[in-house]
Amino acid sequence: MSTWDNNPVLKVEHLTMRFGGLTAINDLSFNIGRGDITALIGPNGAGKTTVFNCITGFYKPTEGRLVMNRSNGEKHLLERMADFKITADAKVARTFQNIRLFGGMTILENLMVAQHNPLMVASNWTIGGLLGLGGYKKSNVDAIETAKYWLERIDLIDRADAPAADLSYGDQRRLEIARAMCTGPELLCLDEPAAGLNPKESLELNNLLQYIRKEHDTSVVLIEHDMSVVMEISDHVVVLDYGVKISDGSPEFVKNDPHVIAAYLGVEDDEVDQVEEEVGIA
Amino acid sequence: MQARKKDSLLVASVKDSLGAAVITFALACVMVGLRVDVASGRGAELFLEHRWLAVAVAVLVVFAGRLAMNIFFWKREDPPSLNLSGLLPKGGMGGGSSNVLKYGLVVLAVALPFALMFWLGARGSRQYIDLAILVMTYVMLGWGLNIVVGLAGLLDLGYVAFYAVGAYSYALLAHYFGFSFWLCLPLAGILAAFWGVILGFPVLRLRGDYLAIVTLAFGEIIRVVLLNWYQFTGGPDGLSGIPRPSFFGLEFTRGEDGFASFFGLDYSSIHRIIFLYYLIFAMALFTNFVTMRLRRMPIGRAWEALREDEIACRALGINTTNTKLTAFALGAMFAGFAGSFFATRQGFISPESFTFLESAIILAIVVLGGLGSQIGVVIAAIVMIGGFEFFREFEEYRMLVFGMIMVVIMVWKPRGLISSRTPSVALSRNAKGISADLVQEGHG
Repeated sequence: MSTWDNNPVLKVEHLTMRFGGLTAINDLSFNIGRGDITALIGPNGAGKTTVFNCITGFYKPTEGRLVMNRSNGEKHLLERMADFKITADAKVARTFQNIRLFGGMTILENLMVAQHNPLMVASNWTIGGLLGLGGYKKSNVDAIETAKYWLERIDLIDRADAPAADLSYGDQRRLEIARAMCTGPELLCLDEPAAGLNPKESLELNNLLQYIRKEHDTSVVLIEHDMSVVMEISDHVVVLDYGVKISDGSPEFVKNDPHVIAAYLGVEDDEVDQVEEEVGIA
Repeated sequence: MQARKKDSLLVASVKDSLGAAVITFALACVMVGLRVDVASGRGAELFLEHRWLAVAVAVLVVFAGRLAMNIFFWKREDPPSLNLSGLLPKGGMGGGSSNVLKYGLVVLAVALPFALMFWLGARGSRQYIDLAILVMTYVMLGWGLNIVVGLAGLLDLGYVAFYAVGAYSYALLAHYFGFSFWLCLPLAGILAAFWGVILGFPVLRLRGDYLAIVTLAFGEIIRVVLLNWYQFTGGPDGLSGIPRPSFFGLEFTRGEDGFASFFGLDYSSIHRIIFLYYLIFAMALFTNFVTMRLRRMPIGRAWEALREDEIACRALGINTTNTKLTAFALGAMFAGFAGSFFATRQGFISPESFTFLESAIILAIVVLGGLGSQIGVVIAAIVMIGGFEFFREFEEYRMLVFGMIMVVIMVWKPRGLISSRTPSVALSRNAKGISADLVQEGHG
């Protein structure tokens, strides 16, 4: 029994996703530990992004259950919820592989849009805010403070009023993470956050993720190809290949798992039989 | 290898222009110089006419024009850059630098009827005030549609349907129940918003072109229903005798209890026109005020975010269906207000006033002004509607010229006249507008 099985923030149970005849994910089960940084790795086409899309409601799983356990004790069955409800109620936020910022809006506005739901309540669904009633003004100031807090974290406070599309790639990646954090998530899903970053930016990203884990009540699950990032910051690694889990454990364990080595590196021709025997697919 | 000697500016220009002149001569000889006509006097005999003067003029015009362009623009090493964009205000919605223009326009609008009365007298100014009312109506409609198209990025080609709903709501309520204008004004807005929601529910899952087609169809359905439901709406005969608005209960009539005698003025029909002018002015300002306020609220930001990227919105927990519906309903509501104003101003409405052409004009105003720009809508409405009416004497050429102007503007400024977006919230006081190149247009 590993730590992530004791009090998981998200339990993925027998998740299966079929697109017509193609089975993208087949009977996948794993746990995401509370407060952990969990990495989901695997070769291209292994179904990692499909898992993300199922967790965040962009796909409806064909079979299986996704149980989100919030820290206040609420349980949410994600496979039954609309995508926006998953962020709003179950507190699962995500970023995208191809960055999806609101390019024509300023950096500050991007972070304000992320706080839409609490602000809507504070403005009595616009009516109170329109008439100048209630605590909308104060909530608005608080929301700007939250945005400023995250802008300081990602070193973009000086450019708060610049359009998001003007930022460099690495800054856009970090802004997208900050925007997701502004929704106040308990589980943050990052789809290849380090893709296209240079070593310095990659390091900054690591620090940001460590900070989020340490200072906020947020668990992180990330898809990553960059092994240095995975090995350095993750507490738990789940390896997928062809929609099936082939390994699950600590980074050390996964690194030395013959299944993983076979899936990633392949093996010599004369070792195939031996490895297949070990792996159990002969 | 010896480098080819470069001709001087004048020689090069003249050479180039001569070449163009020769080509023009060759073409014009046949196309302009010879003309075959049917002689009217001598039966139906064909005869050839020579028009060498016209050929000479064509060649000269091409030569002179090309020479001028060569000398001043094309062959120069430092061509003067013609920056017309600098002449236009930069700010988008309520931007800092466009403040002068904004308040200037408001002051102008307030003073307009009195200035006209002063110069032209009651009789002469009437048609201009009427025109100003028309322009204001379109400004209001443009501002209403700007919420849907400019902010939320939903392409609505059937906006006139809600205008029609507003107009007929008032006309029918007044006709069957005898309700007054002031009671019907909010009702018309609510009914139009209601129809906006009714239309919105099934269609807002559609995107882009599909949404445009469905809204277009909806606009036609409303018009066809109004046209054919003869017993209820009067069909093509329309509804007449729609009551005029009163000034806090004072009718604009000649009698004892009319507006004029109450204020001790001599009765004049211009009073009502001026009243209508200020009414639509106030309604348009109200539309603008609400829109500007909403833009700084979470719902307005959600609209713009929706225009930028719908999937990202959903990932941030925004209910996109509700957000789109509010934009649709609110845009429809302002069209409803404008519609009931239209009905009370005309005193007569028929389905003919609510054709697709109206939707197209309103959309053209919004696009020409710059999507999402409030002041752009005003300028575009003045140019389009004002221009439309002012150039009536050109008759059939009017539309031709109009089409050309629109093409030119769209080539010159593809994102509309005012093409920058003012941030809805900023940390620093002097935040700059966002160039339209970065702003998405929305995909429905």
